[in-house]
Amino acid sequence: MPEAAALPTNAPQLRQASAADGAVRVELYGVWNLAALEQRLGELKPQLTACARDARSHWDLSAVTMLDHAGALLLWRTWGRKRAPQLSLRPEHEALFEHLALVPDRPAPPESGDRAAPLVGLGRGVLALVEHLAGIVQLLGHLLLDVANLARHPSRIPWREISATLYRTGAQALAITALVGFLIGVTLSYLSARQLQLFGADIYIVNILGIAILRELGPMLAAILVAGRSGSSMTAQLGVMRVTQELDALAVMGISPTRRLILPKVVALGIALPLLVLWTNAIALVGGMLAAQIQLEIDYRFFLSRLPDVVPLANLWLGIGKGAVFGVLIALIACHFGLRIRPNTESLGAGATASVVAAITVVIVVDAIFAVIFSGIGLTR
Amino acid sequence: MNDECIVEINGLWTCFGETVVHRDIDLSVHRGEVLVLVGGSGSGKTVLIRQMLGLETPTRGEVRVFGHSLQAAEPAELARTRNRWGVFFQGGALFSALSVFENVALPLRERRQLDEEMIRDVVVLKLEMVGIEAKHANKMPAELSGGMVRRVGLARAIALEPELLFLDEPTAGLDPDRSEAVVKLIEALHRELRLTVVLATHDLDAMVALSDRVAVLVEQRLVAVGALSEVVAKEHPFIRNFFLSDRGRRALQAAKEPLPGIARA
Repeated sequence: MPEAAALPTNAPQLRQASAADGAVRVELYGVWNLAALEQRLGELKPQLTACARDARSHWDLSAVTMLDHAGALLLWRTWGRKRAPQLSLRPEHEALFEHLALVPDRPAPPESGDRAAPLVGLGRGVLALVEHLAGIVQLLGHLLLDVANLARHPSRIPWREISATLYRTGAQALAITALVGFLIGVTLSYLSARQLQLFGADIYIVNILGIAILRELGPMLAAILVAGRSGSSMTAQLGVMRVTQELDALAVMGISPTRRLILPKVVALGIALPLLVLWTNAIALVGGMLAAQIQLEIDYRFFLSRLPDVVPLANLWLGIGKGAVFGVLIALIACHFGLRIRPNTESLGAGATASVVAAITVVIVVDAIFAVIFSGIGLTR
Repeated sequence: MNDECIVEINGLWTCFGETVVHRDIDLSVHRGEVLVLVGGSGSGKTVLIRQMLGLETPTRGEVRVFGHSLQAAEPAELARTRNRWGVFFQGGALFSALSVFENVALPLRERRQLDEEMIRDVVVLKLEMVGIEAKHANKMPAELSGGMVRRVGLARAIALEPELLFLDEPTAGLDPDRSEAVVKLIEALHRELRLTVVLATHDLDAMVALSDRVAVLVEQRLVAVGALSEVVAKEHPFIRNFFLSDRGRRALQAAKEPLPGIARA
């Protein structure tokens, strides 16, 4: 069975015949459009190339029922980016070939790799870091000016925005911080209990849990959860407002975006996070207390009465103070990244990720600095 | 032009909750014609186009494209149908994370049959056809002007050599010069590629220049469907307002054939 018979009648095909003068006559027929060519590109290409090798070939396209730009382009390339010298085609296909002459031979070459690329990358990274720091300082300056302004005109304080943000970042985060705090409390208590039992020092579980949770774990857990939960949403919100020009609309109305959008977020998170820290502390201690009762049989009444004796109150205040600082930092970083988002989808995703990563890193770094500064406070009686 | 129906809408109703957007709409688009869908803002042109694209399902009724019902189509069949049409969205809908070149190359790459050099040539050709020079090919959509975004959107719509082209408000928000250039471009594409075009617009000049037939969507119904001269002759308050206002008359003077009641310029 000849090959042609197996194909649908409108498939793109070509046939070679010898003309009277000895030149080859290449006849194309069928549908030469993208959809039809795709299936048979692998087969047709070598055939076309073979036919094109003889420059004297006469190309006959008059039997082609349908031709589009892709088909025309394929032939054009076979002919070496010019019209075949001997070509007959239907008049309606003429226009397709006119455009092809406009396609440049070679595109602009892609940028070549640079040997100094790693060094350049490092430099760019350092500059970006400096730029971020400068941006955050600038934002902080704007906020301070706004605060000074609001102190003179207390009626302009955006209470509604502050209370809405307080609800979204604080009240709505109660469940998740409680769950995480409780589980961490249980885990910490269980692990410590095993070790303390070895030394018969069961009673010190209260010290360990009290100091660790109130001073470090509570603030850190709450801050990391809030950075992931509220920080990313703040960045995304400001980013979308930048993309949809809402920020510009605010600015031309004479409403300062920092006062209306950023200040309430910073203030609200500065209030909400210490409260969340208190809440996380309490739940984590409850978790730890429960585990201690089961593992070490330490009664919860004893636990509660011993806690204030062995854990200085300064630890609680230190933890809450750290919470306020973390809250302000998270909001600042989130807003800073939100304002830098470019109007495209990729930038939005990258910005939200960068914001969360930066916020968590900064929280941990600042926590370490706090640990050094306050090392003399609250640990010894 | 023959009478083969490319798009067929039968008894289509659209309701959003209590609001009825379309009431019993019948419409057919024949091969090779330019059908212009006109109607005021909020008359449901875009929704109707989205239903022809299978992005939204009508509350009642059926939409058939290339003879296949979009509602009943198998996913594979729907995908095949979708490769036969090109769509231009109102805002361009370019992929903001991809460059101009990549935007146009994306549908070609998806087919996985063409080699990279062929893709490059097709993309450059399509961009050339819509008047975008090769030096702009590496720009990101955010760096382009509104007119260029539209032209790149058009280039992407015709990348797969579609038989059917849907255009939603291709001239909205462009200055008259640019808008005329886009109209000329669509005219040229229609002529060269012998496309079937469904165009939603409220730009009178674009309608006059491009339409083979006009469908007028007012108050939930298609009040008139036919050649421009037939539609203008219809007695309907919206039509009188839309076509026979001063602005409408000026636009209609440019019509290809003389229209009843309109003096030639």
